[in-house]
Amino acid sequence: MSTIILTLVTGVGLGALYFLVASGLSLIYGLMHVLNFAHGAFLTLSAFLGWMVAQALGTESWWSFLVSILVGAAVGAVFATLTELVLIRPLYERHIEQVLVTVGLSFAAVALFEGVWGTDAIPISGPPWLKETTEILGARIPNVYWILMLAAGLVLAALVLFLKKTRYGMIIRAGVENRSMVTALGIDVRRSFTLVFAIGGAAAGIGGVLAMHYSTFVSAHLGSTLLIFAFIVTVVGGLGSLTGAAVASVLVAVLQQFANFYLGGTGDFIVVILLAVVLLVRPSGLLGRKA
Amino acid sequence: MSIRRYWPALVGVGLVIFMAVLPLLNISIPGILPTPTYQPGTLALLSLCMVFASLALSYNLLLGTSGMLSFGHALYFGAGAYGLGIALEHFGVPLFPGVFVALIGGMIIAFVTGAVAMRVSGIPFAMVTLAFAQAGSVLVRRNSAITGGEEGLSLNTEQVPDFLVGVINTRNLYWFALAVLVIVYLVTLWVDTSRLGHLARATRENEQRVRVLGLRPYRVRLIVFVIAAVLASLAGVAYMLLQSGTVPRSVSADLTITVLVMVVLGGVGFRWGAIVGGVLYTLLDQRLTVLAGSEAIASLPDFLRIPLSEPLFLLGALFIIVVMFLPGGIAGTIDGWWRRRHGERHVRDSLRSIDDAEADADAVGASEVRA
Amino acid sequence: MSAILDVSDLRCSIAGQPVVESVTFSVPATGITAVLGRNGVGKTSTLRGILGLIHRRGEVRLAGERIDALPTHRIVQRGVGYVPEDREVFAKLTVAENLALAERQRNPRREFVAELFPDLVNRRDQMAGTLSGGQQQMVSVARALMNDNQLLLVDEPTKGLAPKIVTEVADALEEAAKTVPILLVEQNLEVVKRLAHDAIVIDSGRVVHVGPAREILDDEDLTQRLLGVHAERQADAGTAPSSEAHS
Repeated sequence: MSTIILTLVTGVGLGALYFLVASGLSLIYGLMHVLNFAHGAFLTLSAFLGWMVAQALGTESWWSFLVSILVGAAVGAVFATLTELVLIRPLYERHIEQVLVTVGLSFAAVALFEGVWGTDAIPISGPPWLKETTEILGARIPNVYWILMLAAGLVLAALVLFLKKTRYGMIIRAGVENRSMVTALGIDVRRSFTLVFAIGGAAAGIGGVLAMHYSTFVSAHLGSTLLIFAFIVTVVGGLGSLTGAAVASVLVAVLQQFANFYLGGTGDFIVVILLAVVLLVRPSGLLGRKA
Repeated sequence: MSIRRYWPALVGVGLVIFMAVLPLLNISIPGILPTPTYQPGTLALLSLCMVFASLALSYNLLLGTSGMLSFGHALYFGAGAYGLGIALEHFGVPLFPGVFVALIGGMIIAFVTGAVAMRVSGIPFAMVTLAFAQAGSVLVRRNSAITGGEEGLSLNTEQVPDFLVGVINTRNLYWFALAVLVIVYLVTLWVDTSRLGHLARATRENEQRVRVLGLRPYRVRLIVFVIAAVLASLAGVAYMLLQSGTVPRSVSADLTITVLVMVVLGGVGFRWGAIVGGVLYTLLDQRLTVLAGSEAIASLPDFLRIPLSEPLFLLGALFIIVVMFLPGGIAGTIDGWWRRRHGERHVRDSLRSIDDAEADADAVGASEVRA
Repeated sequence: MSAILDVSDLRCSIAGQPVVESVTFSVPATGITAVLGRNGVGKTSTLRGILGLIHRRGEVRLAGERIDALPTHRIVQRGVGYVPEDREVFAKLTVAENLALAERQRNPRREFVAELFPDLVNRRDQMAGTLSGGQQQMVSVARALMNDNQLLLVDEPTKGLAPKIVTEVADALEEAAKTVPILLVEQNLEVVKRLAHDAIVIDSGRVVHVGPAREILDDEDLTQRLLGVHAERQADAGTAPSSEAHS
């Protein structure tokens, strides 16, 4: 029983991490039809810089933990905004080239990170509480999972509030449904593009810092491994659907954990099979619109 | 008049002959080539260039001719490499049957994955291919008993004829790689100029029109996909022989992206562009690290030195610049310049045409709903 | 009377295929001008081309100023309202949100819209995707009326609607036309007869006839020749015209 609880809770926690990365991807694809391969690079840079800030402030304090997360969000947002303005916007409506440009960026960025911070993984540490466990119904859950869930919950709430209560949120929701009609109402969607990239970047940045604490190290490749799962989650949940991404994150992660534990470590494999199955049976994803 | 028609072929044959006799010549290009051309160092480098040029050619068949953006092409390259390794190691077959087994294996995998992936198109298609490559990568890493896991699989040289083993025989491996490149080139040339290639290009431009004509785009694409995959497997086989081993990276999405970079740099839709891209990439990747260690670079301030010491950074940056400003790549730009000089207005841009086809498929689909 | 819209040699294409060969016409600055033609001749594409929603070349002038090189949102900002074929309301937004999205000016004409469409006021918090076809059409028209526009482009607003709703939509358009000129694509000839002053007939991507609407529609032969439909037979049928009249 306790192993089931453990697998379930860690699955939800991991799903929280996936959501942080996938939320931005989903919005970006939904609105702009761009598959942003550079999302992983946003994540990684945020993690590195977050780590440097945490080191400067003392890695054990909650205060530095919080600041490093905020720094991560800011770095992610800035990196993403610059990417959109410099690389994506000039290629307006040329989706294949936009995807390629993000591929090139991720390529170059990872190489640059390796050059600056080296190719080895750097072990990191945070507030000691993260390494401890809390007991729930007989299962010992590492505390980092609670933080992941809390962060994802907050980000989800913030995103939902933004989408439902602000004019830009409304424009984005409409644009995901029917971009050309939004322009036919006299609205310049390009500003929303930049905004969506910035938001996605910020969420990815938070995800990056937390991913670092989750895996207890930071490396130039931190983003790439996570990105593949984020892609899978985005596609399974439905490109452009935030709720879809949330549901799919938990679904994929829980499935992965169970497969890892009960089916001999085949979690990665099962997830990929899930993606293929979903794509074939329902190409628009669980909750998505026609892409 | 007839000379002009044949001069590309003459140039090609001339180049092949030149490359074939290269190991017998003493040409040195310091900086680019590590050793004079008759020595194994340079020959190994050039062989690697040719293997990747072959891989790039096979990918160009997918992206350039058929307009299919696949992120999982490396799966078939790895299938060739691992296939050969497994055949030799675990089934104990001699070399040529082993090669055959590897190619058949690649073909079967390609047929299954391609048939499944092609039920969707565009970005979802790219995602499925990515997923399959990822699955392959995971499979390879996990089953260390068969594949050697993370460390990779080394070539069981017992089954390989002596003349292909060892540093002394680098020359023979070089000629083998050259033969592979020529075969791959001829096959892609044949596909491009045949009815199949014609149909594939039509499908790329306007799937609706092809369907309306009563032809089946699905079948056309699948055939091209499998051919491209088998060619990639052949390149994988050559790679395995050359490196005497292979690692999980050869199956990864990473490698596909690398090939994508090669093809785009060289020029999507141009066979010679793919070769140029493959060669250029490999040269840069292998030689830049040496250059970076040199005095000139090492003495630069950090913010210049670090980017310049990372060949992948330079390649990525170059890739971005090419996509944004020279989407035709090297071959496309030169071809465009050449055509403009000769008064031709219509300039090929394969990437743009894939874009347009995708955008218009949406528009047509939407207006179909309306009608 | 000068024209509010001058279209000159407009050529449009989708997927590289031409959908509008070349159209030239002018829209007077008052009243409703109808665009008539069989299915598939390029009426909708003409409107979309004017707005820049599809690839177009040629000259388009709004109140004398060229708009053919502007992106869609800029054209709309100059005062062009658009009611698309198939309504295109945002299903996952509420009625109120759909209307709010359309607001472009400091004091949008909310009272005017509320008076014209009282039903929508009641349904302000309802998801637009759950509305009936007629109600969605009201939302679509209301969106275009939220701002002070120079011109409205309206595409088949009565398509697929029950006769009672058709009348309501026609009423709304008639009211709107009191203050803004409308270019109306419409297949329902009764509605055209009631509302339109002038008519432009398109066939195979070109303008083939221009003249007062009554003149065309009262002449059975002309109607049959240009539109392939019997005006009288349509009236008898009593519902929105069947598009199978001509493929």
